[in-house]
Amino acid sequence: MNARILPYVLILPVTIFLCVFFLYPFVLVAQQAFGTGSGFSLENFREVVSYWKFPISLKNTLLLAAAVVPIQLALALLMATMVNRMQKGRDLVLYIWTIPLGISDLAAGLIWLAIFEQSGFLNTMMSGLGIVDRPVNLLSYQHPGVVFLAIALAEIWRATAIMLVILVAGIGLIPKEYYEAAEVFGASPWKRFLRITLPMLRPSLQTALVLRVILAFEIFAVVAALGGTLFPVLMGETYAYQFDLLNNGAAAAMALIILAISIAFTLVILRILRVPKGATI
Amino acid sequence: MTLLSKIAGPVSGLAIMCSAVAAQADVLFWSTQAKPVEEAQAMREQVLSGFGDAVDYQPNDGGPWLTRLNAELQAGSGSIGLLGGLHGDFSAMNPDDLVDLGDLGVTSASDTFNNLAKLGTDSLQYIPWMQASYIMAASKKALEYLPDGADIDALSYDQLIEWSANVHEATGEPKFGFPAGPKGLKHRFFQGYLYPSYTNGVVRTFASDEAVVAWEKFRELWEHTNPASTNFSFMQEQLISGEAWIVFDHTSRLAQAFNDMPDDFVAFPAPAGPTGRGFMPVLAGVAIPRTAPDMDAAKALVAYMLKPETQIETLRATNFFPVVDVDLPDDLPASVQAAGAAVAKMSGSADANPGLLPAGLGDKGGDFNRVFVDAFERIVLARQDIRAVLDDQKGQLAAIMEETGAPCWAPDAPSDGACPVE
Repeated sequence: MNARILPYVLILPVTIFLCVFFLYPFVLVAQQAFGTGSGFSLENFREVVSYWKFPISLKNTLLLAAAVVPIQLALALLMATMVNRMQKGRDLVLYIWTIPLGISDLAAGLIWLAIFEQSGFLNTMMSGLGIVDRPVNLLSYQHPGVVFLAIALAEIWRATAIMLVILVAGIGLIPKEYYEAAEVFGASPWKRFLRITLPMLRPSLQTALVLRVILAFEIFAVVAALGGTLFPVLMGETYAYQFDLLNNGAAAAMALIILAISIAFTLVILRILRVPKGATI
Repeated sequence: MTLLSKIAGPVSGLAIMCSAVAAQADVLFWSTQAKPVEEAQAMREQVLSGFGDAVDYQPNDGGPWLTRLNAELQAGSGSIGLLGGLHGDFSAMNPDDLVDLGDLGVTSASDTFNNLAKLGTDSLQYIPWMQASYIMAASKKALEYLPDGADIDALSYDQLIEWSANVHEATGEPKFGFPAGPKGLKHRFFQGYLYPSYTNGVVRTFASDEAVVAWEKFRELWEHTNPASTNFSFMQEQLISGEAWIVFDHTSRLAQAFNDMPDDFVAFPAPAGPTGRGFMPVLAGVAIPRTAPDMDAAKALVAYMLKPETQIETLRATNFFPVVDVDLPDDLPASVQAAGAAVAKMSGSADANPGLLPAGLGDKGGDFNRVFVDAFERIVLARQDIRAVLDDQKGQLAAIMEETGAPCWAPDAPSDGACPVE
């Protein structure tokens, strides 16, 4: 086959797939969000934004992302550097650390529910140690802080591995010569991490952060399992519009709002962590 | 030849699969009711096994239920033969999508139900199938704390609060249980019990001074309510576990407690307020979508569901009561006997003030419920000012009523056109 056409032929299937299963549904969703029967209107957006729970769910979603993502980033960096230094058993440790990746988010939520609920492990332990007289209901509307903490913990436990995997791959790509040169000049391990690892990891950090932040805005099942309606988030409200209120237009509008937030944050991350032109590893 | 033989294998496999599917042309019974596994299994084995043809009973949540139905309706062809759902499920649909069943010759014994089932048209759009209600239940351990002079079959809200307070004081724990979880039916308590009992209305009186009193009373009751109630959806679980001693819920969501431990619990009518003993009957129906593949089989199945024997089997399977006149046998499960007696006392009480299911709201039923759920979350959980919350929520309620044009239903006084929020 002609070498000039071949690349296009090869990407054709995936292009068609994306058009049919991503672009086309996306256009339909946008139509639903902007149309209320007669032409273009912002009625759906006005409706969802003016609802009294919208500011709360927006705040909760952003707060959760702000609390969870930095911790995950730090943890993933730490774990990736540790794995990278290991001589023996590296694969085994990596496999164990990535186990949470294979668990669905709802299952992860349920695991943490088993820990935090009134008859859960935490309560059994606390009453066994004599800290509390009788099991306390931790996940209730009276303890919003504990609900938040439980959700954040479950998220950190569940989704740090995805950053870890990307960062481990990225660290592996950094040439050893840089470190050797730094050692010759007497750079401390911390200096080497700051001056070599972090800058060289930029492309991986970019990917990891973009993925993780987008997922953080889509958080749903973990919150549903642990917080129920006590901790409204954007995705939960979207679900409620679609399935409880059967209001497709409002649900589509919510989906687009989440998309807009995701795109905005993606652009910010890409901008901050951009790799200067011509600078390659 | 090799290519042909390669293709021949999969093709013949496909052909066998297709013919196997065709041979299984059961009537698909697509339902939002009897969802728990035991109930669904009882529906298949005890209720539907008596029907001549094979029936594929598939219960599902409301959302997926409607999504598949709408997909089939939009495609113009489908595999669902019979729909089972609550009145609210059907009233959210366009009546044109349901086959007129007025000429079928089967109806329920209640004119109120038959009128509801017309969905505002001249003909029955669904056939009333079974009914239930919401009642109170209590652990027998709580009975000794009943206030002096209180009759458990004729309680007032004040007595209920006092009773719950007594239990709270004696055990050191709040033991009233309320289904305020995500899947709990809390909105029905406000629409069919609290509001009719205090304001003699639901929509007209939503933000009245009497409504403020009602919410104040509910706040008092909430002081003695297990705070974990915001996770409770099926109160039978908390009755059995002992987390709650006095509870309110749907009869079928209390059934397991009575069936598992018949000697430990009592069922009794809902309490009364200044304007009577508000209570809400629940109605489920069966309907045929216009895309049903085999219309005759579907209609035959509707007629079968309404036969007295089937109705009694349905009662055993689901704890929903018959809608036709039947003589109930004596060997019914404990839950049916307990709930049946409580419902009879409630509807037969001198101060009974039945609040009907919301009607005429179309697909705004969910929004209507949300007005009440939001009021609960803001007034009771977030402890916002009652007057301010009601005045704020009132605007949403008025918008829903105006958009749908739904006329008032009992106990609100009848209206010309959309029911006004006063």
